[in-house]
Order: sequence, then C-alpha cells, then structure tokens
Amino acid sequence: MSNHTHETSRLSLMQAAYVIARRDFLAILFSRAFFFFLLGPLFPVLVGGLAGSIGGEVQRSAATSEIGVVMSVEDRTALLAAREQLAPQIGGGLPNFQIIEGDGADDPQRVLEESRGNYAGIVSGTLSKPVLIGTQGQIDRWRGAIALLTATALGQSPSEFPDITTQAVATSGANDRADRLKTAQAGQLLLFLLTMLLAGMVLSNLVEEKANKIIEVLAAAIPIDAVFFGKLFAMLGVSFVGIAVWGSIGGSIMIAGGRSLSELADPAVGWPMFFGLGIAYFAMAYLLLGSLFLTIGAMATTVREVQTLSMPVTMIQLMVFFLAAFAMTQQGSAIELAAAIFPLSSPFAMLARAALDGALWPHALALGWQALAVAFFVKSGASLFKRRVMKSGPQGAKKRAKRSFWKRKPA
Amino acid sequence: MDMPLSDTQWKDNHLSDELPSTEPVNSAHPLAIEARGLVKTFEGTTAVDGVDISVREGAIYGILGPNGAGKTTTLRMLLGIIDPDEGVRRIFGHDRPHEIAKLIGYLPEERGLYPAMKSTEAIAFMGALRGLSLEEGRKRGLELLERHDLAHAADKQIRQLSKGMAQTVQLLGTLVHRPKLVVLDEPFSGLDAINQGKLERMIRELAENGTTVIFSTHVIHHAERLCEGVAIIAGGKVPYAGSVEAARDRIPAQVRLETRARDGKWRDALPEDARREGDFFQFSLPETGIEPLLRALIDGDAGILSLSIERAGLHDAFVHIAGEAAARALEADNVAEANT
Repeated sequence: MSNHTHETSRLSLMQAAYVIARRDFLAILFSRAFFFFLLGPLFPVLVGGLAGSIGGEVQRSAATSEIGVVMSVEDRTALLAAREQLAPQIGGGLPNFQIIEGDGADDPQRVLEESRGNYAGIVSGTLSKPVLIGTQGQIDRWRGAIALLTATALGQSPSEFPDITTQAVATSGANDRADRLKTAQAGQLLLFLLTMLLAGMVLSNLVEEKANKIIEVLAAAIPIDAVFFGKLFAMLGVSFVGIAVWGSIGGSIMIAGGRSLSELADPAVGWPMFFGLGIAYFAMAYLLLGSLFLTIGAMATTVREVQTLSMPVTMIQLMVFFLAAFAMTQQGSAIELAAAIFPLSSPFAMLARAALDGALWPHALALGWQALAVAFFVKSGASLFKRRVMKSGPQGAKKRAKRSFWKRKPA
Repeated sequence: MDMPLSDTQWKDNHLSDELPSTEPVNSAHPLAIEARGLVKTFEGTTAVDGVDISVREGAIYGILGPNGAGKTTTLRMLLGIIDPDEGVRRIFGHDRPHEIAKLIGYLPEERGLYPAMKSTEAIAFMGALRGLSLEEGRKRGLELLERHDLAHAADKQIRQLSKGMAQTVQLLGTLVHRPKLVVLDEPFSGLDAINQGKLERMIRELAENGTTVIFSTHVIHHAERLCEGVAIIAGGKVPYAGSVEAARDRIPAQVRLETRARDGKWRDALPEDARREGDFFQFSLPETGIEPLLRALIDGDAGILSLSIERAGLHDAFVHIAGEAAARALEADNVAEANT
C-alpha cells in the first residue's frame, strides 16, 4: 500500500451534491430560459384575467338589467321617489327602473317575450295592486323589492330606517371545521399546482449530462447519489426562487385588490406554522416526486422518450393528489392514515391535516418519514442508473440509444 | 465498443495456450493499481472476463486492444463507475475508488463538457468535483490554459471552441487538481498528429513528476513509445499484462544475415526457421545466442557481409499474444479512425 494520506481524499456526499447543485442552480438562474420560466405562470394569469374580465363584463351587463314600469304617471313618480328614498339603505338590492311608454306599454308581456330592451321584468298595474311580469327566476328575485318599493310609495313603509350596528365574527362553532376544510383544500391545491408545475422539470434534468457525455466525468469523480441529490436540490432552489418571485407578485396583486388571507379560515396550527409546514411539505413533495422523475428521466435515452414519459408521470401526480384530497374528507380513517404514510401523497395529506388539526408532532414524524423516503428513492434511482446506464463505451451507447426504454431487459 | 469475442473465438484466435501473464513491472515500487480477476457481464454477455493488472506508482501503463475488447469497461471498474461482478480492484490500496477521488483524474473516451461553460469555469468545475475550491480551480485553470497556448480561450464558452481545443480543455480539467493517478480512455482518439505529439509530451511530463498514467488505446505505437507496462486485452480477457520489454521478448529477436558465399557447410549451422530473402537470410535468434552461430559461419568461411539482430516490436508481440484476429481488429480500428 502506498503512503498517500487518504483521510481527506474525497468529498463527502453532501459536499459533492453541493458542487453539482451550485453548478446547476447558477447555470439555470443565469440562463435566458429562466426568465421565460418566471414569466410562465403569468400567461395563464393573463389569460385568466382577460377571460375573467370579459366574463365579468358580461355578468355585469346581465346584472344591470332593468325593471320596466308601465304605470300611471302619478304611480310611477311615487315609485321612483320611493326608490330614491330607499337607495341609501338598500343600494344594490333595488332594481333600476325604466319607464315604458308608447309602443309596448299596452302589452308588457309581449315586450318581454320579444326580448325588447334589457328588461328583467316589468311592473304594471297600480301601486296598490302591482303586477310583476317576468320569468319565475326574476319574479322570485325582485318580488320582495317591488313590494317594499310600492309600499313605500304608498306611504305604508317606515320612512326612517334605524342605523344598524354590525358586529362580525370570523367564525362560529358550527362552521369552523367546514371553513378549515376550505383552507386545507386551498393549501393542498396550491401545493399540488406548484409541485406539478415545478417537479416535472426534473424529468429532463439528466438529459443534458447524457447528451453532452458529462455524466461519466461526474460518475467517476463523485457517487451517482450525489449527482442525483445535487440536481434535485438545485431544481428545488430554482423552484423556491420562482415561488418567491411569483408569491411577491401575487401577494402584491392581492393586497392591491383588497384581498387577504382572512377570507380563509385560520388553519388549526396558525398561519405562520401553516406557511412553514407548507414550505417544508413542498420541499418534500418536490424531492419525492423529483427523485422519481429524475430516475425515470435518467433511464430515458432521448428527449422524445422523456416527453413520452411526461403523460403517465402527470397521471401519477393527479392520482396522488386525488388520494390526498379524498383522504382530507375522511379524517381519522384508514384512508387518511394511508395517504399520510404513502410517501408520494404524504406531504399533501399532512398539509391538509395542518389546516384541520393543531397537533404538531405528527408533522415532525411525517417530515422525518418523508426525508427517509427521499433518501431511499435517490439511492434506488442512483443504483438503477449505475446498473443500467453506465455500461460500456460509445458504440454500446449508440446501440442503447436505438433500443427503446421499454424494451430494455433488467440487468 | 465492438462486441467482445466469445470464449471459443478468443481461444481460436489465441496462439498461445499459456496462462495469462501478470509480470510485475517493478516490485520495488508500491502499486497504484492492482486488479485481480475482474469480471463484468452485461445482459448475459461477458464484457470483461478475469482481468488482472498491476501498475506501479509513477509508471505509464497502456491497455492495448481493439474496440470492444473490454478496455473501457475495465477502466470504469478500476474507477468505481461500475462495480465488478467478481474480482477485486485496489487503487493506492483502496478498494473503493471514490474514497480517493481527489487523487484520481479521468478523461473518458466520450469527451463531454457543459457547452455554455467558459473554459476556465469548466476546468474549475472539474477540479471542484475532485475537491478543489472554485477559486483555486480558476487560478490553476488559467495557468494551465496559458501554458498550453490557450489563454485566448479562457473566457470563451466550450461551444465556441474547436473540437481539439475542447478536448484539451477537458484534459486540463482532468489534471487541474494535480492527481496522483491519471486515467485516460483513448486519449489520442480524434487528435491530429501535432496534438498527439503534445499529448505524448504531457503524459511523459506527468510521469516524470511521479504521476501514474494509465491509458487505453488501440494504436500500438502510442503504447510502445510511451509505456513501461501494457495489458493486452482481447475478447474481455487479458492474455498478457506486464512490461513492454517482456512482451517483446515473448518473440525471439530476428537475425538478418548477408554472406558472400551462397552455400557451404556453414548453412547447417543456421536455425531451422532460416529463410532466404534476396541476398539475406532471416531467422530467429537461437536460444543459445549468436556466438556459436558466428563461430560456425567464420569456420565455414561464409564471408559475413552484414549481420543485424532486431528485437520484435510490440505489434509482433501483440499478434503473437492476442492472435491474428485481434490484430486485424486493431488494424481495422486504426483505419476506421484515420478515415473519420
């Protein structure tokens, strides 16, 4: 044996992973593609915003439909005055009136049937015996308001309305759990969307190394596990940068729009802890799915194979999400336990639990379990990769490339 | 790589029935590499079948064989990229090569760098994989580039470099952390004659500085010019591993004799394999040496005009040891590479 000092003759697993992660993280962060990656979610938001704006306009147009008035001059004057009087108190609850004169005044039903004007209904008759004509839905909607207005016009309604002091409560015992379920659903959905949006990127992560023949340089210098860990953490870092950017923009828009988290019920563990757990579970969900995708992607020989694999992978993600979503409604059942134990659904199930149950120890347990699963997935993936991909020289590689991923025999 | 020869093919092509030789190159020096009985099978095909190699520290060692013989698989097993199914390998006494990754530099046959990386960064990154800080890697990278007349390429992306320049950058990345063992898989492949010469000088310099260099090649004259020891590999087996000199000594030296007399009693003294080629006789150097023959030639009044003794080259040794088929495959690889 030689006399070389070998105590510090290799990088530790984490040091090696850091070298890979640093290279990948910086390479992605300073690439032009990353700018488009950041812009990515803005496109659906933009499209959604446009669609919402158009839809809102249509809805507003429909909502401002008017009630036609076919009455004597005195009655309709009194009716309009009553509306003016009540508007400060009731506001949007009152219809807009449009006086119908001349053509159509003699046959209001026909005006509606022929869809003339923008009438939701027509009030005819007298103040003491008003007749509301319209579809059943519109009649149900406006009956009360017309009764109030005609009564006011007749002087039968109180002329003054006392100010009502309001005292809102955030929740009540009866709907507490239902509201938290909504928070759980929102958290789970957001976690799923982010994971689906971001973890899929890992699928093609080793393609560059394989295409550029760098993988052998890496495999000779450091353990393949370190390559896998490094790539996963680099992509996780990139994802956090993306989330921070999107979160900042989204948060600013929410604040500018006067929206806040108070629209959702407080999660059982409280918002700060819920956010903390959300970040931890996102990291775990990302690493778990990412390690699986990295292995699948690493086994593929071409970008086309990676693309083909995307669909079943997305389906797997959806199934995992559905399992967790269903488990959320079955608190305390075997299904909830199964969803919390099955590594891929565990982060989703546990985040929902954080919204519904205040106990913290299950989260410590779950995070530990998920971290173990990540280590196992990475080890297995790296071992499979080493056995099946790192085989022989360039001609062997060409032969492998021609051979389909599916037809490959087990080693 | 070509498909390895089957056992039967290998035996048919193998001229000698001797057991594979693993002559120690110099037992006074500690071993940088020691492999015993390495076996690797891929999907039922044995790529490497019982490889034994010993390389002393500071030596230049060649693994010589045609494509598909098992050279790359052997190197990958030595480096721990893949694990052998059977056998043991020790690098500087360690059976887990990753444990001493900082001491090793590796240039794979399939060259590869990140195309968007600048040359200096690529060298520094390769150093970082072997434990060198990025800062030190950049500094050394720049020095290496300057020393190899590539300073102008320091800030260029790999994709902007010619193939030869990119190969040199990768080689410098292999050396940036100053490894004690450098493993080069077909390092001369794809290089023009000038760059091959530069690489040979670089390999010699490394060895002069105490670095062990092992490289695979299918070009005999590279191994013959550079190596102290070789492993001849064919069909996944190593029929010979030892010094180049000993390999050449496997074939008796050839004697070339020119005489004034065309015939005479002295001809009885010539060995059985003596054959006339024009004015010359050509035959193997007798085991008894040249002196008894000289005496017989003089006593028989043969009139010696010239006599030369030529040692067999490594090519002849390769043919003798690995067989005609392996030699033909080697030639075919050389022709194919020359054509590309």
